Amino acid sequence: MNNPQLDKNGRLKHLLSIEGLPKDILTQILDTAESFAGVSEREVKKVPLLRGRTVCNLFFENSTRTRTTFEIAAKRLSADVVSLHIGTSSQSKGETMLDTVNNLVAMHADIFVVRHAQSGAAHFIARHVAPHVHVINAGDGRHSHPTQGLLDVFTIRRYKPDMHNLRVAIVGDILHSRVARSEIHALTTLGVPEVRVIAPKTLLPEYVERLGVHVYHDMRQGLKDVDVVMMLRLQNERMNGALLPSAQEYFKCYGLTPDKLALARPDAIVMHPGPMNRGIEIDSAVADGTQSVILPQVTYGIAVRMAVMSMLAGSGE
Amino acid sequence: MHASIPPSLPDAERLVDALTAQLRPLLGQDPALVGIHSGGAWLAQRLRDELGGDIPLGALDISFYRDDFKRIGLHTQTKPSNIPFEVEDRHIILVDDVLYTGRTIRGAMNELFDYGRPARITLAVLVDRGGRELPIEAQVVGARLHLLPGQNLELLRDGNGRFSLKLHEGS
Repeated sequence: MNNPQLDKNGRLKHLLSIEGLPKDILTQILDTAESFAGVSEREVKKVPLLRGRTVCNLFFENSTRTRTTFEIAAKRLSADVVSLHIGTSSQSKGETMLDTVNNLVAMHADIFVVRHAQSGAAHFIARHVAPHVHVINAGDGRHSHPTQGLLDVFTIRRYKPDMHNLRVAIVGDILHSRVARSEIHALTTLGVPEVRVIAPKTLLPEYVERLGVHVYHDMRQGLKDVDVVMMLRLQNERMNGALLPSAQEYFKCYGLTPDKLALARPDAIVMHPGPMNRGIEIDSAVADGTQSVILPQVTYGIAVRMAVMSMLAGSGE
Repeated sequence: MHASIPPSLPDAERLVDALTAQLRPLLGQDPALVGIHSGGAWLAQRLRDELGGDIPLGALDISFYRDDFKRIGLHTQTKPSNIPFEVEDRHIILVDDVLYTGRTIRGAMNELFDYGRPARITLAVLVDRGGRELPIEAQVVGARLHLLPGQNLELLRDGNGRFSLKLHEGS
């Protein structure tokens, strides 16, 4: 079957999900991001690669952080950037998503960064745009958020370059997370031998073991000797339903505190995709502690998005 | 076009000696060496060893500055550029293995200026093979050859760090 993410020469054309990306493309994204990480440390933090191209951030759902990092990434590539919050404009007048996109293509937009509450929205747009237009999924419902997954993997590789010798624990709401599944997939593809998921039964998808992970319900057992602790955000709305007793109870069992972190390896790193719920999934002492790489994740997110956009813009039809 | 295939390629090790001798008088100006990936970076490193002292050394990967990005896309293997010193007001000796169209050098100079404003840039190349498409010339040259457009000259480095040149005939 045709992979909608690759062009006929096997180069990255759209980024819709991490699933379906061959290992060499994954590695190329991470290596290219490594080069862009250096650009962000220079006096002039721009390269001329996307001069003359237009990147359009199409946000059908708000996400200030994601939109901002995509904007900065596009600007550092010298692209022109337009950010649209669609919820407040055309759609409220009844325009369909494709009409919105086609109007922007008529204005010569080259790359669309799409955020939508509906799973599959970015795939849908990618299927219907002209061949020279590229689409990046910036989060579609519960389904996928590939650049977040990639920046997490990039962060792990930066701090723990020997990926063939790592224990990674993903903690929290795996069920509703749009990154956990892609991350498990990416980590396994890149050779990480042991991925653990730590969560109450109510926040785990059925048959999660089939993803090749080790399942723990007891956080203290699960964190033992891990090199990387990836905390997931607990969506506030989950706490009111039947899935969880209370925020305090959750923090007691699954919140990352200094004493629980002490069970991991002494040089373990702590990650969180943000925005954090301090005192619910993570203790401030850990979030602001020496093992936290939560802010570097944000910095690397820009390099990873620069890598993805430049690879897309350089692919053919 | 009267370019002819040279009967034999020069010995790259001798060319390194020639470059070293030409660069030595510049050391009084407190220069820094910057090699262009991959061959130029090897060569810059070697020149620093030959010149002795503690000349600052950097490397550029110009993938993000190529003028053919729109035609061929991003190189699949980029390496991070690394300039571990202040470029501002520094004399930069830009090093590459083979000077051909001049487009790589243009990209490298553009990238260098994003680190700062150098006091001066001197271009040093092991081989100038002719065929310039831009008004760029090297000040320090190991050898001048005239190669055909289809030919491709490559710098090789063996396990002991010794250099040699290899000519690939174009299809």
